[in-house]
Amino acid sequence: MKLQLKGVTKRFGTFTANDRIDLTVQPGEIHALLGENGAGKSTLMNTIYGLHSPNEGEILLDDRRVSFDGPGDAVEAGIGMVHQHFMLIPVFSVTESVMLGYEPTKSAGMIDFAEARRRVQEISARFGFDVDPDAKIEDLPVGAQQRVEIIKALSRDARVLILDEPTAVLTPQETDELIGIMRQLKEAGTSIVFITHKLREVRAIADKITVIRRGKIVGEALPDSTETQLASVMVGREVNLTTQKDPADPGDVGFSVEGLTVVSGSGKVVLDDVSLEIARGEILCVAGVDGNGQSELAEAILGLRSAVAGTITLDGTNLRRMSVKERLNAGIGFVPEDRSTDGVIPAFSITENFVLDQYDQQPYSNGIAMRPTVMREAAVEQTSRFDVRLGNVDDPISTLSGGNQQKVVLAREMSRDIRLFLASQPTRGLDVGSIEFVHRTIIEERDKGTPCLIVSTELDEVSNLADRIAVMYRGVVVGIVPGHTNRDVLGLMMAGVPVKEAYAQAQDHHTILGEADEEAQA
Amino acid sequence: MSPEKNNDDDAAPGGALKEAESRLHYAVRELSQASWVITLLSVLVALVVGALLILATNPQVQGTLGYFFAQPGDFFLTSFEVIRDAYSALFRGAVYDWQAATPERSIRPITETLVNAVPLILAGLGIAIGFRSGMLNIGGQGQIILGATCAAFIGYAFQLPVGAHLLLALVGGALGGAIWGGIAGVLKAKTGANEVIVTIMLNNIALYLIAWLLRQQWFVQTGSNQPIAAPVDESARLFGILGTGFRLHAGIFLAIAATVFVWWLLERSTLGFEFRAIGENPEAARTAGVNVPKATALVLIIGGALCGLGGAAHLLGTEYRLAAGIAGTLGFDAITVALLGRSKPLGTFLAGVLFGGLRAGGVLMQAQTGTPIDIVLVLQSVIVLLIAAPPLVRAIFFLPHPDGSSRSSRRRRLREQQAAETASQPAPRQEVTK
Repeated sequence: MKLQLKGVTKRFGTFTANDRIDLTVQPGEIHALLGENGAGKSTLMNTIYGLHSPNEGEILLDDRRVSFDGPGDAVEAGIGMVHQHFMLIPVFSVTESVMLGYEPTKSAGMIDFAEARRRVQEISARFGFDVDPDAKIEDLPVGAQQRVEIIKALSRDARVLILDEPTAVLTPQETDELIGIMRQLKEAGTSIVFITHKLREVRAIADKITVIRRGKIVGEALPDSTETQLASVMVGREVNLTTQKDPADPGDVGFSVEGLTVVSGSGKVVLDDVSLEIARGEILCVAGVDGNGQSELAEAILGLRSAVAGTITLDGTNLRRMSVKERLNAGIGFVPEDRSTDGVIPAFSITENFVLDQYDQQPYSNGIAMRPTVMREAAVEQTSRFDVRLGNVDDPISTLSGGNQQKVVLAREMSRDIRLFLASQPTRGLDVGSIEFVHRTIIEERDKGTPCLIVSTELDEVSNLADRIAVMYRGVVVGIVPGHTNRDVLGLMMAGVPVKEAYAQAQDHHTILGEADEEAQA
Repeated sequence: MSPEKNNDDDAAPGGALKEAESRLHYAVRELSQASWVITLLSVLVALVVGALLILATNPQVQGTLGYFFAQPGDFFLTSFEVIRDAYSALFRGAVYDWQAATPERSIRPITETLVNAVPLILAGLGIAIGFRSGMLNIGGQGQIILGATCAAFIGYAFQLPVGAHLLLALVGGALGGAIWGGIAGVLKAKTGANEVIVTIMLNNIALYLIAWLLRQQWFVQTGSNQPIAAPVDESARLFGILGTGFRLHAGIFLAIAATVFVWWLLERSTLGFEFRAIGENPEAARTAGVNVPKATALVLIIGGALCGLGGAAHLLGTEYRLAAGIAGTLGFDAITVALLGRSKPLGTFLAGVLFGGLRAGGVLMQAQTGTPIDIVLVLQSVIVLLIAAPPLVRAIFFLPHPDGSSRSSRRRRLREQQAAETASQPAPRQEVTK
């Protein structure tokens, strides 16, 4: 089906999220919509899917004008959407999930399970999906859950499929499978709109690329453009995708974790006998698909989660029995994963956020009374050193952009003498410019001789920063490999394959993205 | 607050309660951010609404309506006179009475206003600390009762020299309130018990506790069966500061000192920084090394101490004898005062004075013009209702929306409405029947 947008504009109050967007997706085309976080990609897709109604402009399907009052209308018209966060009910079976809301019925309104099951099998056979219709959603790996979402869309005869950041939660191998599925769907004549901010995927998959920036279409590109070209269009200026860094000069071990085990509130082992060592002046990245215990590792090191066993040693002292405050004062600089809930207090001023974890320490206070002048001076000095774009340090931090908020967090953690830099997803949700800055700052911290532990699910970030990479899978460290290890190996390890086997398997089979990488390097 | 966050809350067990709670917190925060212009305009609108009600109930005005079409002038003239008389009586009763016989009597109203304001300010500050820290302390009533009870008992049961006796009684009052608030605080910190429910329950317990105590001879020490305690000794009373003929007592200095202290605590101390941090974002506070359970307990302990001090000042400065109705509706008015004062120390002080004034003026208004004193309650309620709904006030005065967008205004209005409902619920008049 052909999808066409003409002058679609969506405003929220005075803010224009989409400004006169023209877009044509041909039948059987994989159309990538590329843009940074907050560029307006998701708003646009939600408009197509009937979640928002546009202020101006029109949507045409096969040259016929349509208007949707809600997702129901859009589904009816043949539009399917797979959200970044899946809309599935964990305790339902695959069949139940697929038919939810569109249950086939027998006489007397009874649900026709056999028919529903047959339909799931039929679709999954047609595209070789390999999904058991009776499996429970919660038992399926993320990649399979995504396939269930796709089956759901297809079972409603979707002929335009919108995929919102579909690879964010996948390992490279799962991404590979997804790419295969997308190609099959394309063969079958389904149009695919594919939203992403990851450049390498776009190049590997898309037939056509539309770049969107600040709500406007700023350019179209063909998949043979280089990543740097694409990035420049996306950001609007020249960018460096890789940060220059000198080889690490590791000193003696500054920080180590030994046999750390953490059990979650529901009794699940989330960290299983994890051991790591980081030398001074070295960056260790913890890679893995989201939800494999990396966040818990960071939280356990800071003391937000208590460990049932193991030691956490910083400069020879065991931190395990210490409170969060004692650990921070022992020299941990922590950048939390979720900035808005854990990193800053939005209603507090920039100054207050700047001293958030040092408020009761010298020189900001004498333990009882705070010293506003000292705090303010330090905030002014350090925010300018970290190039935070701000009006006034007395303004609430919520007036800053995400990137600038993150810089305040970094300024807070790095402006004191730290013995360990611990960051979880330090660049999540940031624009390319800020990512560059954050990476550079982390490398500078390393060069000062601080051991750095960076948790990241973005492989780009990991290969950009890491001197060594620890890959985690279901709470276990699968292996620790050098920083330049290739993506195929890392991908296999992220799926739980042990180091040696991963190397062997990667030799035999290259992923599409891995090949694209090699081509780009050649 | 992000929408994802709300979804998480929904999914969690007991999600509905948590959701409601987070909405309340949100509403209180919104309230505290409403601009002072809104506050002033709200008072203005309340006076207009009050005026309409005065007219509607006034027999003279009703009389002129009978021949309205023959002589509409009469109606307007009478209306004007009635409202002028009522509000001028309110003003003379609250601030300065230019019709009084002696100069002393002329300035007496303002001192009466301050007398009323003392317990409201102290307890209001206690509630405000809770609001700023994300806790809805509805237990002002119970904490005031405990404060008054402890202060009274120390006041008549012990024989001590002048200064020490008063000091001990005040400290005892604060301690009583602190214990009562602390029960809720420690329960919340240790078990996550909802402080709204616990403090409401503690109000009832306090009410029955005082009723029981007043029947115990060892406690009342009066030798009579009346459920009223002995008067506190002269040495434990908050001394008058203007001599005979005035009731104004040293409690006003206490209120001023407490206001300054709370300002310092919230804005300048590390403990206050922790309080505000857990109020705005407990997760970030925890990540920053704040001992959240400890801070949570301390918020309610310190808030309870201030409420207890309010009860003590009320007893030692004005009432002198402990009776079951000692707290009146103070505890609930204190919530209103804290809301009106936008949970800021100076704002709470001024709101306390305003409410004290309305109360003092209401008496004269009723005595001189026959306008029911209940109008004062209406004024209080309308003020809070409007402060809770800034968009309504803006609509009435055609003011622009601050961020210039209508985004989520409906949702926000809904939330504010809820807060207004909680805040403006008429204080349940709990009385223990014998």
